[in-house]
Amino acid sequence: MVHVSATPVLALRGVSKRFGAVQALTDVELEVHAGEVVALVGDNGAGKSTLVKTIAGVHPIDEGAIEWEGKPVQIGKPNDAQSLGIATVYQDLALCDNIDVVGNLFLGRELKKRGILDEVEMERRARELLTTLSIRIPSVRIPIASLSGGQRQTVAIARSMLGDPKLVILDEPTAALGVEQTAQVLDLVERLRERGHAVILISHNMADVKAVADKVAVLRLGRNNGVFEVKTTSQEEIISAITGATDNAVTRRAARTNGEVSK
Amino acid sequence: MSIEKTSETPQDAPAVENPEAAAAAVTAVDPRLLVREQGLTGYLGEFKRKMRAGELGSLPVIVGLVAICAIFQSLNSAFLSAQNLSDITVTMVGTGMISVGIVFVLLLGEIDLSVGSVSGAASALAAVFAVNQGWPEWLAVLVAVAAGAAIGAAHGFFFAVLGAPAFAVTLAGLLFWLGFMLQVLGANGTINLDSDGLIGQLTTYFFSDVAAAYGLAAVVVIVFFATSYVGNRRREAAGIPSRPLSETALRTGLLAVVAFAAAYMYNQYKGLPLATVIFLAFLVLTDFVLRRTAYGRKVFALGGSVEASRRAGINVTAVRISVFAISGFFAAVGGLFLASKIASANQSAGAGDLLMNAIAAAVIGGTSLFGGRGRTWNALLGVLVIVSIQYGLQLESIAEPVKYMITAGVLLTTVVIDSITRKTQKTAGRA
Repeated sequence: MVHVSATPVLALRGVSKRFGAVQALTDVELEVHAGEVVALVGDNGAGKSTLVKTIAGVHPIDEGAIEWEGKPVQIGKPNDAQSLGIATVYQDLALCDNIDVVGNLFLGRELKKRGILDEVEMERRARELLTTLSIRIPSVRIPIASLSGGQRQTVAIARSMLGDPKLVILDEPTAALGVEQTAQVLDLVERLRERGHAVILISHNMADVKAVADKVAVLRLGRNNGVFEVKTTSQEEIISAITGATDNAVTRRAARTNGEVSK
Repeated sequence: MSIEKTSETPQDAPAVENPEAAAAAVTAVDPRLLVREQGLTGYLGEFKRKMRAGELGSLPVIVGLVAICAIFQSLNSAFLSAQNLSDITVTMVGTGMISVGIVFVLLLGEIDLSVGSVSGAASALAAVFAVNQGWPEWLAVLVAVAAGAAIGAAHGFFFAVLGAPAFAVTLAGLLFWLGFMLQVLGANGTINLDSDGLIGQLTTYFFSDVAAAYGLAAVVVIVFFATSYVGNRRREAAGIPSRPLSETALRTGLLAVVAFAAAYMYNQYKGLPLATVIFLAFLVLTDFVLRRTAYGRKVFALGGSVEASRRAGINVTAVRISVFAISGFFAAVGGLFLASKIASANQSAGAGDLLMNAIAAAVIGGTSLFGGRGRTWNALLGVLVIVSIQYGLQLESIAEPVKYMITAGVLLTTVVIDSITRKTQKTAGRA
């Protein structure tokens, strides 16, 4: 088991968010520690993306509090989140196809020397970063367009690592990936954990969640619907929490006994 | 779910076939990469691979240029004479300058249809201030060029801030600035420029000293070699792949052949033309800005993905406005060169096929219409093709209508080549 620090890197306390007539999030609680992978699961429309966007500063919260390393903070804009040390990798990867890997990694924060791009230093650091993350791509000087989906995903994740964030949020990193590419991305998630980053992983894929997450936080209709330890929870339990087959401890317990009987 | 804990073990079939996979996996280099061999063999191998993958770059246009020269030379031996070539490289500067601005706009994946009218408006402004108002010519030139940039920025504002399509905004600009130019020129319609003044000299001044052309060629070759060499040494020192010395030498050699041949040709006639020197200086400058500065990187990024650029913290609006300002600036500069060539600002300035030629030059040179791919050098190659054809046909006394049709044919061919190479690149995974 990976060592988990006492104070969570990020804690959401009773977070609520409304969009017009829709109550997207109600009293949501979430804790992420350093060196911990928390999977955020839930059906479509459960509020996963909204929750992530409140953390990333895209949507400011209406009620509740966000604590960063034990201290309350305000996250009003994406820059606030970035300066705290939160990096978000969105589902649509936001890479430029026509620019090479190095250029994409440093896009918007190019290294300069007397006003001129320092390509040598950027390439050196890019190689260093990709090597430490054991990311294998054909070359750091080929355009993103020539990479496979999985390689692009790893580049997007590597890009989020450049600012050395404390918390990395991955929005469905394995959606639309093949078996091998999925394994590569999951590898990378484990490496992030080993290096002491806190990770929030949004996924619909239970196999992925079981493979890399330490905890699973379930959202249902914008509310918490349980936080489970992955090691001691069956997949059925998580799924029934997602679909709402369970809403309280009793049905959850019943589901568990049924599950064991059927085995 | 099997998850590899160590990267030392090859985990995919192609890697297993490759005994070097284990070693390669430790670095960031994928064993499946067709690693180029060192030295000249590797360079040629890479070249062949690029050809097959559809990365033609500037090759079609260079082949086309050679073909054009061969055809017209066989028709009329005056085509490759020093005088004709010198005339071509002076005449092309006006359209070429405008085309440089078009390259910037095309890199964004947008289009600027107003450049012809803006060039006419700028030359009219310069003529009015210099001749009618009696300002010093340098001031009139400065004001005209600044006005061009401001006009471009205004187009950019409507596009970037208000979100109107660039095509429509600049189409409106095309009409508006045409009207503006006619208004400024007044009832007379033509303002003659002093052919010995600053604007007049732009296309008529030649550095007649033989040493000037050779000196410039030597400087260009030495600077090219020095920057390549120093860059490669830095890469070697940082432990990242660098070009072999033989490749740098080959490139320098090719450049030297072209540079000294051009210098020799100029010295056979009147000497090194000022217009060409200014054009080359702008090309070097813009190429540097696009490929070596953060600003240039932003322009390419916007051509690749606007959303990615926005999320990377790039000020999309500012970059867009600035690119249209650059386009307006070069339109104005081009307008001054065109006015200089005829020593007057008149009502037909910026009309006719100027706009189409400027856009065609950028595209013929290899700038993609789809954004994100291109270099300002493309403008030079493209405009060389267009003006060479015009001069060649003129030597054959072929009439204007046929010229239009032939230029159109060349443009269409280029666009088709662009589309086909894009398809090939997609199948080769490079687009």
